[in-house]
Amino acid sequence: MKDILTVGFLIGLLSATVRMATPLILATLGEVICERSGVLNLGIEGIMLFSSLVAFLTTYFTGNLWLGVISAVIVGALFGILMALFAVSLGVSQHVSGLGITLFASGLALFVYRQTIGTPIVPPTVETFKTLTIPYLSKIPILGPVLFDQYILTYIALILIPIFSFILYKTNFGLSLRAVGENPEAADALGINVYRTRYIALIIGGALMGLSGSFFTLAYFNMFLYGIVGGRGWVSIALTIFANWDPKRVLLGALLFGGIDALQLRLQAIGFDIPYQFFLMMPYVLTIIVLVLVARNALAPSSLLKPYKRE
Amino acid sequence: MQFPKYRLVKREKVSPTFRILLPFIAVGISFIFSSIIILIAGKNPITSIYSIFYGALGTRLGFMETLVKATPLILTGIAVSFAFTGKFWNIGAEGQFYAGALAATYIGISNLNLPKPIYIIFLLIGGFIAGGLWALLPGFLKAYLKVDDVVTTLLLNYIMIYIVTAILEGPWRDPITMWPQSAMISPNAEFPRLFARTRVHLGLIISILAVIAVYIIIKYTKLGFSLRATGANPKASNYLGIDVKKTLLLASIISGGIAGLAGVGEVAGVHFRLTENISPGYGYTGIVVAMLGNLNPFGVLLSAFFFAIIITGAHYMSRATGVTSFIADVIQGITLLVLLAMLIFYEYEIRRVE
Repeated sequence: MKDILTVGFLIGLLSATVRMATPLILATLGEVICERSGVLNLGIEGIMLFSSLVAFLTTYFTGNLWLGVISAVIVGALFGILMALFAVSLGVSQHVSGLGITLFASGLALFVYRQTIGTPIVPPTVETFKTLTIPYLSKIPILGPVLFDQYILTYIALILIPIFSFILYKTNFGLSLRAVGENPEAADALGINVYRTRYIALIIGGALMGLSGSFFTLAYFNMFLYGIVGGRGWVSIALTIFANWDPKRVLLGALLFGGIDALQLRLQAIGFDIPYQFFLMMPYVLTIIVLVLVARNALAPSSLLKPYKRE
Repeated sequence: MQFPKYRLVKREKVSPTFRILLPFIAVGISFIFSSIIILIAGKNPITSIYSIFYGALGTRLGFMETLVKATPLILTGIAVSFAFTGKFWNIGAEGQFYAGALAATYIGISNLNLPKPIYIIFLLIGGFIAGGLWALLPGFLKAYLKVDDVVTTLLLNYIMIYIVTAILEGPWRDPITMWPQSAMISPNAEFPRLFARTRVHLGLIISILAVIAVYIIIKYTKLGFSLRATGANPKASNYLGIDVKKTLLLASIISGGIAGLAGVGEVAGVHFRLTENISPGYGYTGIVVAMLGNLNPFGVLLSAFFFAIIITGAHYMSRATGVTSFIADVIQGITLLVLLAMLIFYEYEIRRVE
């Protein structure tokens, strides 16, 4: 118990919190953009898994980490187009098409991994990103190691929060996006192309989900595992509700869940007399509890789940 | 030169033949897409798909194994389609399956001193209740607290699987092998086999009974009517005096209970013990089964049999051709997507316009 109360433990925990929050920030921002345009993207879990594999394989075969990241982003964007094809062009059930994409992308990830790598006794690994220590700032006590000694993808995720907040609330595109999500008929009457706006939203959202996926295999772990995403896509759907569809509020939720993830790993390591699975399930249990707390006041974009058909 | 123009035109009425034909066309198209993927993987798609069907239907043993795989898929498929009929988005059949399997194992390894038929009935009731309660939680949260059912049912899958592994690696660990699996259930709790020298078991009959029961509930009972009305329009249903909340709670219990029965069948009919990987995703496949079956109980029966062919045959194909059996997961995903894309033809038809 004494180990928990040291400064070193605390810094380690907070630093891990920010690290674990990274993929959640990216994926949740992606989902927020999709849903603000009126489309629930349940493909998120599969898109993240497949992109994490693409990132891994690209880096494994080329030795270049950034090629891995870029290919994951491109693949994520392509899945965004696929989702848009169903939800926007065809206007079929967003629930089922999203689940279909997750099933397809997950199946494809397992298939491609097995077909290219096979079943070696020692799974192949890549040399992951190193943490990028920011000079001077990282010397600040506590805050320094927590915030300024992270992976570059973490810095990108943190910077994207204000950027997307700006895009959504301060640009013409953001205005169109929100209009399309709230009232597509009115937006259309104002000359906004509903279909195109939703396509762009799903492409950007998919790209962010792809970027999130690349974090798992190029920073967090150094290999691809079938359960590597492990429901974090679904957690991001919940975080979207928790954030009330506002990019600014994504950070708080992601840190909360990153923190629980980081804490449960450390509690496991200390070795309590409780099965470790109970720590593993903590983030999921907490997600449900938080959903229960915020559900009553959640105000989803009005046109969410409703396909738009121009008369 | 004037090119003929084609347009999507709103349909007046969908012919029943077309409605029945559509899933078959979707399956055909999804095989074309799957073939492309196999081709990219550098294998021969024709021999691969042939060996899927040969492995699943070509021999007596293969056919029987397909029936074994169809059993849980019929149940999870009918569970999902029942829930979806009322727009209760139960994506949690996987977790409810494990809840049912857990309960059945608990009763099975307790070695109760009961005659076989009664022991089996205990198992079924226990599994149904466990699966039903695990689904009731998200049903309740949706009905009374407006909590999104998709997310809760999905997350509960992960929680249930951790509970199962915790129990299997802890108190229930097999004392003989030290593997993370339970002890064998009492021989008196085992489902009888339907055919000699096969693994086809009582569960198949139970699953067909479940199909009939769900058909009757949906078609002829007040609950079925309320469920269909809620699925079509929850707000209007409220005005019609339908108790939407109660309907949702009942639907979640029944849906989860049926998924739980699938878990009972795998424990008591196939493995005779609980293992960590007793389901290769039957709960998730159930979603595809339900959709391909057009949320119709008898359609579910057919589509479960179809996916049982894919899953059974994929293992045979993997040994015969070297294409990994994960192709079965790819085919499931593609079939669902192709089917969805084709649903548009329920509403529209392609017509030539001048």
